[in-house]
Amino acid sequence: MTTPPELIRRDRAWHPPGYAPGYKSTILRSPRRGLLGLEQSASELTGPVFGHSMLDDLDNDLIANYASDGEAIGERIIVHGRVLDENARPQSGVLIEIWQANAGGRYRHINDGYMAPLDPNFGGCGRCISDADGNYFFRTIRPGPYPWRNNGSDWRPAHIHLSLFGTSFAQRLITQLYFEGDPLIALCPIVNTIADPQAIDMLVAKLDMANMVPFDCLTYRFDIVLRGWRQTFFENKREGN
Amino acid sequence: MTVKTLKETPSQTAGPYVHIGTVPAAAGLQVRTQEKLNITGLKGGEAIVIEGCIRDGSGELVRDAMLEIWQADAKGRFDAGGHSGWARAVTDFKTGLYRFETVKPGPIQWRDGRPQAPHITAVIFARGINIHLHTRIYFDDESAANEADPVLKQVPGEAMRQTLIARRDAAAKATTYRFDIVLQGEDETVFFDI
Repeated sequence: MTTPPELIRRDRAWHPPGYAPGYKSTILRSPRRGLLGLEQSASELTGPVFGHSMLDDLDNDLIANYASDGEAIGERIIVHGRVLDENARPQSGVLIEIWQANAGGRYRHINDGYMAPLDPNFGGCGRCISDADGNYFFRTIRPGPYPWRNNGSDWRPAHIHLSLFGTSFAQRLITQLYFEGDPLIALCPIVNTIADPQAIDMLVAKLDMANMVPFDCLTYRFDIVLRGWRQTFFENKREGN
Repeated sequence: MTVKTLKETPSQTAGPYVHIGTVPAAAGLQVRTQEKLNITGLKGGEAIVIEGCIRDGSGELVRDAMLEIWQADAKGRFDAGGHSGWARAVTDFKTGLYRFETVKPGPIQWRDGRPQAPHITAVIFARGINIHLHTRIYFDDESAANEADPVLKQVPGEAMRQTLIARRDAAAKATTYRFDIVLQGEDETVFFDI
């Protein structure tokens, strides 16, 4: 019997806890019994693989992919970076799905009733797959902050939601990207579910002036780290390890 | 100083508008409307439906969740290099129900070669869930296999084990299993740290 290679255990103190009362929605939606630690088997170590054939040419261009009579309104930006694992190995073939509000802070979603108007040329939905070196990029507009009911009217910092698939289902991750310099980051109850300032800093995209597009777009850099494979010693070695 | 690896990017809630990026048609976007994400691509074996709801600690329906499943085919094989064993569903904004169409998975080897009972891996994302919850769906008509299952054996107590077992709905026309998920409270579903 070959034991499949395993992932490094998830550092639950680094991630936000399920119960984080400053973000009130967690109060009734967090389990209380504690998670049951489980050895990894094929059910979790394998995972879906998504191919480039499912992508449309405009899937990673949110300025253009919902345009009807013009381009999306707002600050034009590129968001790019590299997907690595915890051992700093580039992760290719990672499906990255993103969603965000428009420049006024309004989501194109039937449940969003914020007063800011919809942009007829902006959907707020995109996806791409990381290349052989783990690189990815999107073109979009910088989303606006918006109010939400938590402590009366809290304000979300500008953010982009990201969903990520590694090669193993146990690497699955959904997170949010914030923008360097935004004063709302420090005030946000959702950001502050994370205890460690260094962990929060990993979610802050950095202004990347070297890669701005002259007379077109500002660029932000956002590297992503997925769970890595632990070294195996007196066991069957994973190829390439 | 201990040895440092890179740290994993921390999780954040998927929020109430998770549909836009993951099931855009559910959010009301007229894009990718042809995608039937809640149906796996698996062929062969017994076609089944899995449906249910998610409840919070007060018993309220969670109507803004997104769920994904990953499973082996009827012969216990995982799709290496494809995504036929994967599907994604949302809980309905009104009824709170989710629904998957797939095939019943075959048995899968545990790490030491023992068989695991047929099961489906499921993850749940939603507003108020800071890091997705990971669980397993077993089947109530596999009681012998369930009794020998190395994971179910680790779950302390029969009541908690029962939270992982989907129940066959004899009244339904198609082969349907009901799997309700309870995020918190007396009947709280068992969630795993993998």
